[in-house]
Amino acid sequence: MSKRAVAAAALVGAMIIGLTACSSGSGSSDGKKSDGKLTIGFAQVGAESGWRTANTKSIQDAAKKAGVTLKFSDAQQKQENQIKAIRSFIQQKVDVIAFSPVVESGWDTVLKEAKAAHIPVILTDRAVDSKDESLYVSFLGSDFVEEGKKAGDWLVKEYASGSGDVNIVQLEGTTGSAPANDRKSGFADAIKGDPKFKIVASQTGDFTRAKGKEVMQAFLKSQPKIDVLYAHNDDMALGAIQAIEEAGKKPGTDIKIVSVDGVKDAFTAMSQGKINFDVECNPLLGDQLMELAKKVKAGESVPRRIQTEEGTFTPEQATAALPSRQY
Amino acid sequence: MMSTAAAASPVKAVTRSRLFWPAVVLAVLLAANLAFTPDFFAVRLQGGHLYGSLIDILHFGAPLILVSLGMTLVIATGGIDLSVGSTVAISGALACLHISESTDPGSLATVLTAAGIALGTALLLGAVNGLLVAKVGVQPIIATLILMVAGRGVAQLITDGQIITVTSDPYKLIGGGYWLTMPFAILLSALVVLATVLLTRSTALGLLLESVGGNPVASRLVGIRAMRLVALVYVFSALCAALAGLMVSSNVSAADGNNAGLWIELDAILAVVLGGTSLNGGRFSIGGTVLGALIIQTLSTTVYTIGIPPETTLVFKAFVVIVVCLIQSPAFRAKLAARGARARRTARPHAAAPTTNREVGA
Repeated sequence: MSKRAVAAAALVGAMIIGLTACSSGSGSSDGKKSDGKLTIGFAQVGAESGWRTANTKSIQDAAKKAGVTLKFSDAQQKQENQIKAIRSFIQQKVDVIAFSPVVESGWDTVLKEAKAAHIPVILTDRAVDSKDESLYVSFLGSDFVEEGKKAGDWLVKEYASGSGDVNIVQLEGTTGSAPANDRKSGFADAIKGDPKFKIVASQTGDFTRAKGKEVMQAFLKSQPKIDVLYAHNDDMALGAIQAIEEAGKKPGTDIKIVSVDGVKDAFTAMSQGKINFDVECNPLLGDQLMELAKKVKAGESVPRRIQTEEGTFTPEQATAALPSRQY
Repeated sequence: MMSTAAAASPVKAVTRSRLFWPAVVLAVLLAANLAFTPDFFAVRLQGGHLYGSLIDILHFGAPLILVSLGMTLVIATGGIDLSVGSTVAISGALACLHISESTDPGSLATVLTAAGIALGTALLLGAVNGLLVAKVGVQPIIATLILMVAGRGVAQLITDGQIITVTSDPYKLIGGGYWLTMPFAILLSALVVLATVLLTRSTALGLLLESVGGNPVASRLVGIRAMRLVALVYVFSALCAALAGLMVSSNVSAADGNNAGLWIELDAILAVVLGGTSLNGGRFSIGGTVLGALIIQTLSTTVYTIGIPPETTLVFKAFVVIVVCLIQSPAFRAKLAARGARARRTARPHAAAPTTNREVGA
């Protein structure tokens, strides 16, 4: 049994390594750094969503445009793969390491290795919870609390004139993930000033369409009156829209929907009036990253925290932006 | 004393049935919902189809019932199939990819081809599992683990890591549509369950499966072609999973290679166990499995409707599952009954005596 287990595990392991190798090969070029070109090693989380794929593409395109040599690695949502990738970047002596940490903790050792090798590290999209602030030079990414706050602010404005209670149901992201925690607290902060806003039900929909639909169906039956749905991402909102329609109600009219992300499918729904407000969470941070990396390489001081440029969308803006939406 | 025992015997026959405890648990869970949501059992006609929490439970439970059904037969032969979740993802991904790439996504022919591709691939995947287990002799948990890990990667490869959205009315029918006012998924699952019950219980097939699971060597010696049977159940399990995959992706009109059917293999194993099928193989209860799957789905719905915070959901579920397993265990019930009887015996003399001491002690 154990021998077979080992053989099977080895087989599976070999497959995974093979896949990783494939995907890392696609993004990187020859890797020579003789001509003084900037070389960046980027360890991506994976390709778990359309958002992430757009993020990857943006970084690859920006690198090409900026004449930067990009060594790209896909960690397939596993921390150990990311740590391996960062170690290999250190060995290859890249100029700057950038990565999107899969989880928040457990990075100190590998980041210390990078520091010892004098390679600056930039975090993108997600933060780490390390106490030693010298381990990375800057964090470029969205402010999830701010996103939640924007969603809440819109709601407060939308219902500024009304006096009756506003019953809100919330579809949370994956329990314990940073975007879920922060989007929840930002939203709660924004609406806490007015007691008429009541979150009557809140459950996790795991950031997926299927779960969003399932949970919303249950909400529609257990809650006698729902005025507003706040979803932590567009996929859950899209699932919930189907549930609302099946219940014989009109999404966007009978139940107002606020969501976060701004993916293409959501814009399509907005153009049909099914989502009322969408807070953008911009994956297109490639250009900003390249600029930042150049500054870091040149020894300029950079801010510790850089926010990606993000906006918010009303249905009209979304309809206008739909044809040019990349993701 | 004798007369009461005689009168109780039909009751005893019911309580001794394997389906009794799962049914009780399901009833209790549903009743608990009623306490929080008074119109929980209300089913009304909404836009030409039935609408209500009970319909939801059946509707969302349908894919799980299918996957558990395949799992039941695999477990009956003493095996286990961990790859069903990946098969769910692959099947949905293939079908949605075909529909999204076709020129006429709304036509019945396209959808039938898509379903054919998905089921055909599942047939192949199941055959590989069956071959590894029956012919090569790999432990079932290892053989299917390979596809479980690799399969999700394959699904992501098919979808290119994206969520493929399709707009096709005939495809929507499979998991999200209605037929004769009922969700089509419920009817489809019911049909497959009925066919399987007929096939296994009206013929000798069920008995043969149980004998292979109970004692493979003896079954071979009496002339049962164990190898073929074992391979067959893995193919059946994969087909059930593929059908469930079509339902899951059709319900949201999108294929999500990362999350479709994630951990459904564990839910399915749990459903089988809750339904009273032994993991050691050798006997199975399809009725029990259906009840088990419904218990799991009702549990999820309960979590949503009574508003258990997401942070404690898993603890709540685990607690219910432990209680259910304990209640179902005859050994545990016997122990409980014995303790209860002892407590009654010792309580009687004390009841007559002054009780102050006991109260202080307690």
